[in-house]
Amino acid sequence: MSTVAESPSKPVETLIEATVRFCGDSGDGMQLAGTQFTTTSALAGNDVATFPDFPAEIRAPRGTKAGVSGFQVHFSSEEIFTPGDTVDALVAMNPAALATNLVDLRDGGILIVNESAFDKKGLELAGYEANPLEPGGLVDLEEKYRLYKVDMTQLTRDSVKEFGLGTKEADRCRNFFAMGLVFWIYGRSLDPTMRFIESKFGKRPDVASANTSALKAGFNYGETVEAISTQYAVPKAELAPGTYRSIMGNTALSYGLIAAAKMSGKRLFLGAYPITPASDILHELCKHKNFDVVTFQAEDEIAAMTAVIGASFAGAMAVTASSGPGIALKGEAFGLAVMMELPMVVINVQRGGPSTGLPTKTEQSDLYQAMYGRNGECPMPVIAARSPGDCFEVAQEAWRLATRYMTPVFLMTDGYIANGSEPWKVPSAASLPKIEIEHPGPAANGEKFLPYKRNERLARPWALPGTPGLEHRLGGLEKQDVTGNVSYDHNNHQSMTDTRAAKIAKIADDIPAQTVDGPATGDLLVVSWGGTYGSCVSAVRSARAKGKSVAHAHLRYINPMPKNLGDLFGSYKKILVPELNSGQLRTILRDRYLVDAIGFNKMQGKPFSVAELVEIINSLA
Amino acid sequence: MSVELELPVLKPTDFASDQDVRWCPGCGDYSILAQMKKVMPTLGIAREKIVFISGIGCSSRFPYYMNTYGLHTIHGRATAVATGLKTVRPDLNVWVITGDGDGLSIGGNHLMHCIRRNMDLNIILFNNRIYGLTKGQYSPTSPLGQRTKSTPMGAIDNPLHPLSIAIGAEATFVARSIDTNINHLGETLKRAAAHRGTSFVEVYQNCNVFNDGAWDYAKDRDTKADTTLELEHGKPLVFGKDRDKGIRLHGLEPEIVQLGKGINEDDLLFHDEKAAEPSLAYLLSRMRHEDGFPEPIGVFRSVDAPRYDALVNEQVELATKEKGPGDLDALFAGGETWTVQA
Ligand code: SF4
Repeated sequence: MSTVAESPSKPVETLIEATVRFCGDSGDGMQLAGTQFTTTSALAGNDVATFPDFPAEIRAPRGTKAGVSGFQVHFSSEEIFTPGDTVDALVAMNPAALATNLVDLRDGGILIVNESAFDKKGLELAGYEANPLEPGGLVDLEEKYRLYKVDMTQLTRDSVKEFGLGTKEADRCRNFFAMGLVFWIYGRSLDPTMRFIESKFGKRPDVASANTSALKAGFNYGETVEAISTQYAVPKAELAPGTYRSIMGNTALSYGLIAAAKMSGKRLFLGAYPITPASDILHELCKHKNFDVVTFQAEDEIAAMTAVIGASFAGAMAVTASSGPGIALKGEAFGLAVMMELPMVVINVQRGGPSTGLPTKTEQSDLYQAMYGRNGECPMPVIAARSPGDCFEVAQEAWRLATRYMTPVFLMTDGYIANGSEPWKVPSAASLPKIEIEHPGPAANGEKFLPYKRNERLARPWALPGTPGLEHRLGGLEKQDVTGNVSYDHNNHQSMTDTRAAKIAKIADDIPAQTVDGPATGDLLVVSWGGTYGSCVSAVRSARAKGKSVAHAHLRYINPMPKNLGDLFGSYKKILVPELNSGQLRTILRDRYLVDAIGFNKMQGKPFSVAELVEIINSLA
Repeated sequence: MSVELELPVLKPTDFASDQDVRWCPGCGDYSILAQMKKVMPTLGIAREKIVFISGIGCSSRFPYYMNTYGLHTIHGRATAVATGLKTVRPDLNVWVITGDGDGLSIGGNHLMHCIRRNMDLNIILFNNRIYGLTKGQYSPTSPLGQRTKSTPMGAIDNPLHPLSIAIGAEATFVARSIDTNINHLGETLKRAAAHRGTSFVEVYQNCNVFNDGAWDYAKDRDTKADTTLELEHGKPLVFGKDRDKGIRLHGLEPEIVQLGKGINEDDLLFHDEKAAEPSLAYLLSRMRHEDGFPEPIGVFRSVDAPRYDALVNEQVELATKEKGPGDLDALFAGGETWTVQA
């Protein structure tokens, strides 16, 4: 049977794009609702971008604002890069969710509330003195929005009655009712979600049937209730031909790591300690042991990193994944890795800091940490992913650079792209770049192995234990050039320090020139890095469409930077660097190029809105 | 099974690196190094398969002096580095060299977890009850009251006892030896090498510069027979110059008894390395000189248990057998996909 909405009884309005946000208590299943809506929209051919937003507490007190969890989906018939600034349709499962999310709903937007949750207790927990759903409050919701008060609790219970679930279990189907209703409003098929229910709850047929029934009840509610008068259609987007799937940043990153290991003929070793928002990389990789993936959940961050050093010396593709506080703990070990000149990848899925900061919220404030956060003169390459799908490529690039230059490489992502998702054109394995690695073979008769004898890239040989005649010792003490023996010689320390820096600088010969999106000269160049790509590209294109002379350069390579970057700056009157930190890249650019870059900085635990970027662009160009 | 290649016959000197040994003259470390080089050729392991890994401290310079693969890492982390290495390369023969400060203070956490995972490697902890490399601060094994550069009025924190810690962390092999007791040390290192799983060996090591004589009671020709007790599997705990004293169990505690006068060897506690429960080994680790007991040397415990490095790789094999070798195309296209036509 087909469950695509076709209800000629109600008019259908076609939209270019729409943004929906599901929000409710952490226990209300809003992440699931959002993910299902995403998959469904993607399967319907839209371009999609998502923004999950959840509290740091796993189970904050029920019904409180602290416990509100949300999931925003932006879907469009045109190419999009962000999850949307404002929301066209908001589903609020309780008063706390309404209180914390209403600000983002545009005037005239659709507001669906679970009316039954607006009882005395729920209102109190959310800090409402009067019921906001009643007229006469601070804001007349009825007037400002298209408010649909739905008694979801009762309607869901009614819809699942026949399956004999307890009240608690029955109430857990509420999110499916909400989904059903939103699916109807946007004319979406229920099929993908029904398939999901089947695969997820197949072992509990009663629960599976109840969820399906709630989903259909929500859908039918939309169709039958007169108050809901319009349906919306968001047609297919024109994406490049190919097979697509929806992918989250942490998943794409994990796939990229697996691919890099395979393309370089290596075992993949992940040493990690649980930390938000990086743990999903550990969760993903440990499912793929059949790719010769070894995951090691260490006793702490330091052990995770030092085990990575051991695994690298032993010849594996060694990777650690963490976030700011964990990266801080690993700092001493980075120095050792730099001194030993062993290849490995260090992933920082950034979150709000300092200290424990905002574990579940995004920020870009660890760039200084990646660039400078070690004792001594300790240069490391730093590269950053710009979107969920981009994590796949950047992971491979990090390993390529690590092995070609025998160095630990920092790979920066952030909570926003790690948990966000977008359609991803599924690559074919045959199209992936090979990563060639050479290991020196057994020493010829009596020849002395020189572990710090460098090649033309200044990289030293990666000699693996088990190779006869190459027995050598590495350590954190300064090395004598060429022999690698311990050396306290003044001049040697100077030249080794210079060489380590020169080696990293040489990577600039091995990376593509910086490109710009937009005119080659103009009034303004917007320079961004990492997860702000989507907002920046959208804002720049939108300003340009309105006649502004503005271009966009998004950096993947932060250390070293592309060789032509300095020259690019000369072609624009002003340089703007928007960052979710207080100006870290801007400081680096000013330092490197003496360029008078202007900062636009935000630290609110959330991404830039396109509108705020357009505003700043308009003020400068 | 791979073809066994004939190993070249190596001598202890083949294991000496070309680096000058830089410990203080008279340091106990020299003797441990000499025994290690002697033991190596007896193991039947190719030199290139051997890796020495250390942290920071006097003892941690050890890998530089061995002509094997080696890593001189950072303070306290050698066990973690070794864990990563052994996990991806179970074919390597791994030795961790650590000290009382490196292993029990800054690296205590990693030591505990390495032991409980039963990684197949050998940890040799040189216990000199002092920080030598930083010039004489008290360590976690310094006795109460010890006056050092950082404890001018005497140490006030209770010392740790390395073997008790190891046993508490579920160690499968625990032994103790003494730097100058070279035959015993050599035999103990061989036993450690032979054990599959984490072998933890405490070596009483003299730091003649900052804590000279800390173990004299256990080393002195005149007193050692009364202050130490050589453990032998299946044998009663007998000690003393005239081998006339023994350890008997009194309730849950050991007591020293005089043999003869109605007490014979059968009344004594018998050593059992293989005891299912670690209680006996723990009891032995608590017998201390300061409490009037002879301190046991030799193998306290040696039992078999699953090893992390083996299990991790078994899971990889099992997953590969069950799901087939990883197929990137299938991985990428997992989940729901849709196709956009050209
Ligand atoms: S300081 Fe002590 S332990 Fe260190 S080398 Fe000198 S004697 Fe040996």
